[in-house]
Amino acid sequence: MIHTSKKPIEELVTALEGIDKVFIVACGGCPVGAETGTESEINGLSQSLKEKGKTVTGKISIDFLCNKILTGTRLSRVQENLKGIQAVVVSACGIGVQATAKLLDVPVIPALNTISLGGLQGLYPASEKCGECGDCVLHLTAGICPIAGCAKHLLNGPCGGSQKGMCEVDPQNRECAWDKIVKRSIELGRLHILERPISAKNWQLPRLDTREY
Amino acid sequence: MEASAVYSNLQKLLMRGEFVVTGECGPPKGADRSVVEKKVQYLKGNVDAVNVTDCQTAVARLSSLATCLILKENGIEPNLQMTCRDRNRIAIVSDLFGASALGIRNLLCLTGDHQKFGNFPTAKGVYDLDSISLIMMVKKMRDEGKTLTGEEIEGKPQFFIGAAENPFADPLEFRHIRLKKKIEAGCQFVQTQCIYDIPRFKEWMKRVVDDGLHKKCYILAGVTPLKSVGMAKYMATSVPGMIVPDSYIERLKAAPKDKREEEGIKICVEQIQELREVEGVAGIHLMAIEWEEKVHEIMAQARLLPRPKVE
Repeated sequence: MIHTSKKPIEELVTALEGIDKVFIVACGGCPVGAETGTESEINGLSQSLKEKGKTVTGKISIDFLCNKILTGTRLSRVQENLKGIQAVVVSACGIGVQATAKLLDVPVIPALNTISLGGLQGLYPASEKCGECGDCVLHLTAGICPIAGCAKHLLNGPCGGSQKGMCEVDPQNRECAWDKIVKRSIELGRLHILERPISAKNWQLPRLDTREY
Repeated sequence: MEASAVYSNLQKLLMRGEFVVTGECGPPKGADRSVVEKKVQYLKGNVDAVNVTDCQTAVARLSSLATCLILKENGIEPNLQMTCRDRNRIAIVSDLFGASALGIRNLLCLTGDHQKFGNFPTAKGVYDLDSISLIMMVKKMRDEGKTLTGEEIEGKPQFFIGAAENPFADPLEFRHIRLKKKIEAGCQFVQTQCIYDIPRFKEWMKRVVDDGLHKKCYILAGVTPLKSVGMAKYMATSVPGMIVPDSYIERLKAAPKDKREEEGIKICVEQIQELREVEGVAGIHLMAIEWEEKVHEIMAQARLLPRPKVE
């Protein structure tokens, strides 16, 4: 099981700056076990977003967002609710958020922080990786994780070693995550997000409670 | 260009509108200070300030801070390079307090080449900060007298804040935006990666000028003389983020063996003259890598001597 903690609602509101209409995608797998994404938690998230003035067009819970085929099928059934949305708020670990980002052409806003505890990560048969840093930045990086994807874990990339979409560390085999982040941000009309300098990251993982994991 | 305070001679010259030249001194892989003292002789009087690299290409060397002090003792204004590869924010803050206390006034904030390129490729990279968050942190300490967490500090570190930029890295359409981020973070001058592909540099510079960035930050164009065909090939294939057009390699090859160094210098001088004419370029950053003895000759041929005096 992947462990997660909830992002404060204020952080979500900041991430949703300029965005009104959203849809909620919730993972019914690990976050339920971690008690960060139970049904009542997702209802609470929806309610909180509405209280903050956001329009929530609907929500869906999918058992394991990291199951790409299942997630794709289930999302195709809620097409109506997805029409006209400006972002999806995703309650899942970093893999689930990135899987959703790959399937939809709107920005993704992570509702949870993923905490590293060595749990089994993802059934999603693709290249997305989550850095399990405990302070998710996927809303700033077009749904692509720079902590796992960038050899220097940069928050303000790409560095000077990015060439033709590849990383200086292994130009034959390793893609530059930041090259992808820039290109995807342009596609999503979110380049302005990358224009803001990001300050020093919080590398301190949130303290866990006394439950046994 | 606006500046709330003046910290260094390099800054003074730039503010006066002088076309500045910065040099570079790579410290030795060992504790022999005479290596630095020898380079000092070649650089002194020929450039306005000298960068001291911080374990460049991730090779452990005599520390940048210590080397800066040797330069300073020898009458050269140093530019301290500080990377995020080997230090977390605690170590960086500590080193910066030290550098400022020792009178070092120019600071170049870098992310750093990845450790895999160096002599300890299995080392753990730090990257607690990156170049941009480092600039933000330095500016906050310098201007507000506070650390990132808001604590007051005893004595603000005094730095003219610089950064590097690589016009040859991709994606090209984002490179000037990244420079804009650095400027917003507090960067006052930038030195570029070695320029060989001049058309690409001009393309980048046009975007910089169109965005008015050259009016907010001094841009120094980076040049490195090619010593040999082998070096040109090495730069083309083994240095991250560098483009060396084949035409330069061919030109060096075409020169007789005993005239190749001369040809390399000639190319460098031509580059300096061409770059000087590019709108928005405020100076040259001359990196004569392990060839410091030729700096005087290059500067003389480029008609950049004598260097202006600082009152």
